[in-house]
Amino acid sequence: MINLTIDDKQIEVAEGATVLEAARKLNIDIPTLCHDPRLKPYGACRLCIVEIGGMAKPVTSCTTPATNGMVVKTNTAKLYRLRKTTVELLLSDHPNDCMTCIGTGDCKLQELAYAYGIRENRFQGAMRDHNRVDVNPFITREQNKCVMCGLCVRVCEEVQGVGAIGYAERGFEAKVIPPFGHDLKCEFCGQCVSVCPTGALSGRLWSGKPRMAGVKFTDTTCTYCGCGCNITLRSTGDQVIRIDSKPDSHNRGWLCVKGRFGFEFINSADRLTTPLIRRQKGGEFEQATWDEAYDYVAKRLSEIKDKHGADALGGLCSARCTNEENYLFQKMFRARIGTNNVDHCARY
Amino acid sequence: MTNSVAEIAENEALFVIGSNTTENHPIIALRMKEAVANGAQLIVADPRRIPLVKFATLWLRHRPGTDAVLLNAIMNAILAEGLEDKDFIANRTEGYDEFVKSLETFTPEYGQEITGVSAEDIRKAARIFASAKNAGLYYAMGITQHVMGTNNVHAVGNLAMLTGNVGKRAAGVNPLRGQNNVQGACDMGGLPNVYPGYQKVDDPAVKAKFEQAWGKPLSAKIGLPATEMTGAMLSGHLKGLYVFGENPALSDPNTSHSVKAFENLEFLVVQDIFMTETAKLADVVLPGVSFAEKEGTFTSSERRVQRVRKAINSPGNAQLDLDIIDQISKRIEGQGNLSEKPDPAAIFAEVAALWPALAGVSYARLEKESLQWPCPTADHPGTEFLFSENFSREGGKALFTSVPFVASKELPDKEYPYVLTTGRELFHYHTGTQTRRSSGLNAVAPEAFVEVNPVDAEGMGLVDGQKLTVSSRRGSISLKARVSDIVPPQVVFIPFHYSEAAANLLTSDAMDPICKIMEAKVCAVKLELQ
Repeated sequence: MINLTIDDKQIEVAEGATVLEAARKLNIDIPTLCHDPRLKPYGACRLCIVEIGGMAKPVTSCTTPATNGMVVKTNTAKLYRLRKTTVELLLSDHPNDCMTCIGTGDCKLQELAYAYGIRENRFQGAMRDHNRVDVNPFITREQNKCVMCGLCVRVCEEVQGVGAIGYAERGFEAKVIPPFGHDLKCEFCGQCVSVCPTGALSGRLWSGKPRMAGVKFTDTTCTYCGCGCNITLRSTGDQVIRIDSKPDSHNRGWLCVKGRFGFEFINSADRLTTPLIRRQKGGEFEQATWDEAYDYVAKRLSEIKDKHGADALGGLCSARCTNEENYLFQKMFRARIGTNNVDHCARY
Repeated sequence: MTNSVAEIAENEALFVIGSNTTENHPIIALRMKEAVANGAQLIVADPRRIPLVKFATLWLRHRPGTDAVLLNAIMNAILAEGLEDKDFIANRTEGYDEFVKSLETFTPEYGQEITGVSAEDIRKAARIFASAKNAGLYYAMGITQHVMGTNNVHAVGNLAMLTGNVGKRAAGVNPLRGQNNVQGACDMGGLPNVYPGYQKVDDPAVKAKFEQAWGKPLSAKIGLPATEMTGAMLSGHLKGLYVFGENPALSDPNTSHSVKAFENLEFLVVQDIFMTETAKLADVVLPGVSFAEKEGTFTSSERRVQRVRKAINSPGNAQLDLDIIDQISKRIEGQGNLSEKPDPAAIFAEVAALWPALAGVSYARLEKESLQWPCPTADHPGTEFLFSENFSREGGKALFTSVPFVASKELPDKEYPYVLTTGRELFHYHTGTQTRRSSGLNAVAPEAFVEVNPVDAEGMGLVDGQKLTVSSRRGSISLKARVSDIVPPQVVFIPFHYSEAAANLLTSDAMDPICKIMEAKVCAVKLELQ
């Protein structure tokens, strides 16, 4: 174990831990833009700089391993000034259209600008102009809002193993694009969107929908495959408008294209909204009240049971539905109807 | 899964067979990629060049339907090189000697002849898997949906036992569950032979326990599995069917046969959120609600019980599925207070009281955490991996099962020269009732296709994107060709999501005699240019 002092507080961390990790263990807030504990340290944004006794210049805490006896300062006037300048430089080449930006309320850059009270900018000058039209139906890019933190590139490579995007050009022209500017070869998992600290990447489906105000967040479980990912539904009124996942979940916040972007079926106009009864074989469906439908089903099932025995009835419960529903369904067949003819689609 | 998803990253070796994990279980696949990044060796056995092959140390491209032979040959090679885990075999297993004898004929050379994988690669796989400290096996429907599906699963289990890779961390036999709550539906007794918690309906003591709990006399006769219901409907033995949240009229192999069966019913009731292919055949359709509109729990592949929570109200007059089932239950019997609504938390508590593995799980705990069963007491943390002490057999030992070579029911011949195999693609889910109603997904994957190897395409003068008629003895569909070396020569692949070109009109309903699964993964077809 390693012992060090951060802002006059003692802390013990495991060998290999970074100064940033040690500080976070002490609940010390060091700002970051390019850091994500699920990815390898990168050291691009320079916001996490700290002063360390014996070192001439500030260093990035996310890439500096903690060592025994280290004395760290995270919050000096000098560091404040340097960080503020960094944010100013980022904003000098940023559209700053927060009023209409989809990232508002969920944007690290916006929070930093607010925290450092940056209303005017000393670094006026030319702005980037990456005009790019995206044709894919899932992800919207606004590259002028990119802060080159590299999170999207790294998550695609390190976590998804796809490497659909990388860096191109240098300096002012630097940008994130598919290799050689060719067509995007992408699984559309949206991991990049989920880690983007600004409004540079967003879900196309989210566009025009409420951002934060009036949005309800509901933690639940994904309804597609058996991975059981934890998801958070964002809804307004009775409409689901976005799905994401928390980084501290067992799926670590990662989702697939279906889990993240395949939610429109919930509010589909095709949803069934009223019971339907076909009273004669070959006839048409007629709308019915629930009481009519319940009584009709109970009556028809009971008639078959009375005439042919309980084993003339069967039920298929559902691998798509909840435990409680499945339990009640099989109990109905076993205890109320009297047959074990109950199964589901586990074999399909 | 005997083990947990997070443990995958700690595997030294992984053997993925019959699972296109990156497309069907994308988040589990992330852990596999992480394991590879950590230095693990990955063996992928699949006739198709699935995306996971890119990460594999070794890819075994065996012929469809020869999984058990491949596994047997690998085990033969393990024994030949003395790489088996002798301690584990001696202390924790039974039936070993007889099993070893059964492997004698499955030499790597014989394996090569049957599976098409070189004897050298079979030996390589044996060394990689058996030399690893922790090795995990991962499979899905590519192993099970065969006439010898049960044999295949036995073979997977045998390999885990032979190398001592079960009952410990970061190893195990791990079937990846294809649907959000297959695990839960099985756990809850949605099976014809068991009550909740896999307690057998034909065991008198178990039956007595449930009769007391439910206050009703119960039937000791094992019920019909779904796959046998089709035959019972056609013969007239099964006259009424209640389908809840499923779409067998598109997901059943040999669908035209099952549609006939549904039409033969006196009464069919379907409870769903969409007018599915099955609902269209019904006498009564009951509109239930989506997962975003209800309270409950799902249980994932790794036995993790998790809350489902209501976010929005349901459209129109749709009703909670729990209420629908409850109302019909009460009306069948003419008993119970109709104005009383069932409470999911109370129902969960009822299950927990009947199944010791769930006894420690409650809504109060699930509010703060998710729990992996077995979780027998309220202070139990849940179980990451199974069988660390004992196996769930009398005596507590695992049993080796000899697995003979069984061929697929329908192999290619002159008239139907290609093998058809089916599956899912990344952008759609099962019969597409949800994903095909999601604009983005439907935009990137709008239509059905059949993958044909370039060699076969050239032979028949087929170009990419051209329309083909694909026929089997059971039916015929029309769809575009995707010329690709993802499939080997003589094998074609069709995803089964698309009702307008339904792969299951072609697939075979030949059945595994033990577990009654249908052979959706292998049948013979012919291709004709349009």
